[in-house]
Amino acid sequence: MSNLHRILPELQKFDPALRSDEFRGQDRVWLSASTLGLSMQCLRDRLGFDLLVDVTCVDYLNYRNASDRFGLVYLLANTQSSQRLTVRVGLNEPELSVPSVVSLWAGADWMEREVWDMFGIRFEGHPDLRRILLPEEFSAHPLRKDYPLQGCGERHNFPVLTRSQA
Amino acid sequence: MALELPENVIVTQLDSLANWCRKNSLWPMPFATACCGIELMATGASRHDLARFGAEVFRFSPRQCDLMIVAGRVVMKMLPVLQRIWQQMHEPKWCISMGACASTGGVFDTYSVVQGIDRFIPVDMYVPGCPPRPEQLIQGIIDLQDKIQREGTLEGSEFNTRHRQERKRALVELPILGQTPIFR
Repeated sequence: MSNLHRILPELQKFDPALRSDEFRGQDRVWLSASTLGLSMQCLRDRLGFDLLVDVTCVDYLNYRNASDRFGLVYLLANTQSSQRLTVRVGLNEPELSVPSVVSLWAGADWMEREVWDMFGIRFEGHPDLRRILLPEEFSAHPLRKDYPLQGCGERHNFPVLTRSQA
Repeated sequence: MALELPENVIVTQLDSLANWCRKNSLWPMPFATACCGIELMATGASRHDLARFGAEVFRFSPRQCDLMIVAGRVVMKMLPVLQRIWQQMHEPKWCISMGACASTGGVFDTYSVVQGIDRFIPVDMYVPGCPPRPEQLIQGIIDLQDKIQREGTLEGSEFNTRHRQERKRALVELPILGQTPIFR
């Protein structure tokens, strides 16, 4: 059962040209990076989406009919009414930056760090935007489609210990 | 020169005696990072009973070990830790690379997985398998014991030969078909 009829009027205050769809009872809205902060605030405070389930990202490089390079995904849930909502944000180089939602959902902290680590999308206002999985000195964002699967030699960039050095 | 030996006295070389002691009291350092670690635990448990070969004392401090068993894939972030633990172990020490991932990277041919620990630390014995059965690991330990008995010396000079100082493999990536290698 779609709940878009309840959600859309609230979100259209920030972006009248809001895109949305429904697939088998699952609601999706497309937000722009500029209105994301206000819209997310509204979703949490006025529409009761009190749980941020996941933040992740998709790289649509060389994808058929893709309009944006990156598709940021926020999965929201309302624990009172069991509603769920998928929020999509399209991003293109060089403006790979969105406002952080850590101030709204504290659980976004590590998930935004992971998206930064793997895709190189900056979250403005994040309290501690460091790499979370890869080593600090890693220079690339390996889940981007233009990064080779076998890497750029990072996995062989270590000193070699021989018997005499041990 | 005729020498009358009393009863219960054996004459041998000091090297052989040291090797005999060392090979029968290998203390493993379980560097278990993946499913090979489960087989390693099974090897140490009662059914396969590594105690039969004097190697049941798994120590979790590298200062108390002389056999490192690397069981599982090693990623970029783990390799400095592996090298540090290897350096913390006392001489004489040996290393078993257990399973396909530790030996070659296995199926994990990705940017973050080290393609064989022998590129960066010396390895004495390789155990194939994904994961190897406990019998295979035990065979690897028996072979290592043979190796210690055969070429070990009291002061560890077998580690100082030129052959042992060399890298096991060249540090070059093999070209991958259909993909041009990108190096920065």
